[in-house]
Amino acid sequence: MAGPSIEADPSGADAAAPPQGELERHFEETIARDRRIEPRDWMPDAYRKTMIRQIAQHAHSEIIGMQPEGNWVTRAPSLRRKAILLAKVQDEAGHGLYLYSAAETLGADREDLTTRLITGAQKYSSIFNYPTLTFADVGVIGWLVDGAAICNQVPLCRSSYGPYARAMIRICKEESFHQRQGYELLLTMMAGTSAQREMVQDATNRWWWPSLMMFGPPDAQSPNTEQSMRWRIKRHTNDDLRQRFVDMTVPQAEALGVTLPDPQLRWNDARGHYDFGAVDWAEFKRVISGNGPCNAQRIAHRQAAHEGGAWVREAAAAHAAKRAARSSEAA
Amino acid sequence: MTTSNHQDGDVAGAAAPPRSSWPLFEVFLRSKRGLNHVHVGSLHAADAQMALHHARDLYTRRNEGVSIWVVKAADITASSPDEKDPFFAPSGDKVYRHPTFYEIPDSIPHI
Repeated sequence: MAGPSIEADPSGADAAAPPQGELERHFEETIARDRRIEPRDWMPDAYRKTMIRQIAQHAHSEIIGMQPEGNWVTRAPSLRRKAILLAKVQDEAGHGLYLYSAAETLGADREDLTTRLITGAQKYSSIFNYPTLTFADVGVIGWLVDGAAICNQVPLCRSSYGPYARAMIRICKEESFHQRQGYELLLTMMAGTSAQREMVQDATNRWWWPSLMMFGPPDAQSPNTEQSMRWRIKRHTNDDLRQRFVDMTVPQAEALGVTLPDPQLRWNDARGHYDFGAVDWAEFKRVISGNGPCNAQRIAHRQAAHEGGAWVREAAAAHAAKRAARSSEAA
Repeated sequence: MTTSNHQDGDVAGAAAPPRSSWPLFEVFLRSKRGLNHVHVGSLHAADAQMALHHARDLYTRRNEGVSIWVVKAADITASSPDEKDPFFAPSGDKVYRHPTFYEIPDSIPHI
């Protein structure tokens, strides 16, 4: 039987705990002074719930995120690319596990989180519901999808929730490798044949808009943003981060020699930013609510892996129990 | 109440959430010789040996450690979280334990 993480204290308070008002004031003060909330601190139920949801969705995204690229592991064009891709997919698994570990400090249960992912009770990033059609997709995912993830995640290293912030620091260090290997892969392909260059352009065309959707709905339609910013579990609005990503990415596209598929994309001297066209939010809603090209496949694959691994979990537990019994007999 | 085993944290009366069959282990890493082990996170494993292997795979993919400790989360006893807790009060009023408590004339060298 697994207990909660040592850091977790779901009750949040001792018998001798001070009254709620004082606890709440202490919590607000800690946040106002930009200090971290730690697992066994008292926190409002809504904060705990929001954090569990945010961390779980993030963890699920990392776990599901192994699939689109995992699709190309056996078909990588060289041993070098294969080793890199394996390491990257393994990192995504690691990121998922760091995050599940952080969620467990809030009293969440691992088994329960997995069930919620498989049954669709909790969501994951809509981006992973798109297919990877060619090997150029591996490069573009590293460049754009991991690039957007870095934009989102760097500010989260200062999240008010300690274990999440610490996990994000670890993750951001590793994401940098992900983005660079992707861009390097694309540079290599762009220096290749015209067919390879077309593959890169095609993959860019398919991933650009979904990457912009990764930052979430526009600020006007993001009702939780205000509360999340007050709690310092979100540091910038969706639109701010999206703009930052566009500004970063345009020069990279130019250097690569690909065109971003947006005729309205141009530098705005007055704003000091690039203007860009409207994101198709109807598509975003369609995909996030389960009707993207690969939603069913992603969940079915995760479920099959979970069920297929059941005998391993059981066998390991039985082996551990037998060994424990043997060593207590010997003692 | 100044200390509590974290298991006391399970709220009486609240429905226990379903538990996975592998216990939770906390992981501590020594990043290099000369430094202390530091807590880095947790993971599930069937036993301590497996926890060590998982910890290696999960927390040291880039040479982040030269030594790993794993310990069952259930075996850790922790102080209560609030730093204002009376548990730490005894050290709060003993300023004379710090070197700055003592006034020494500037003319005295090397002290």
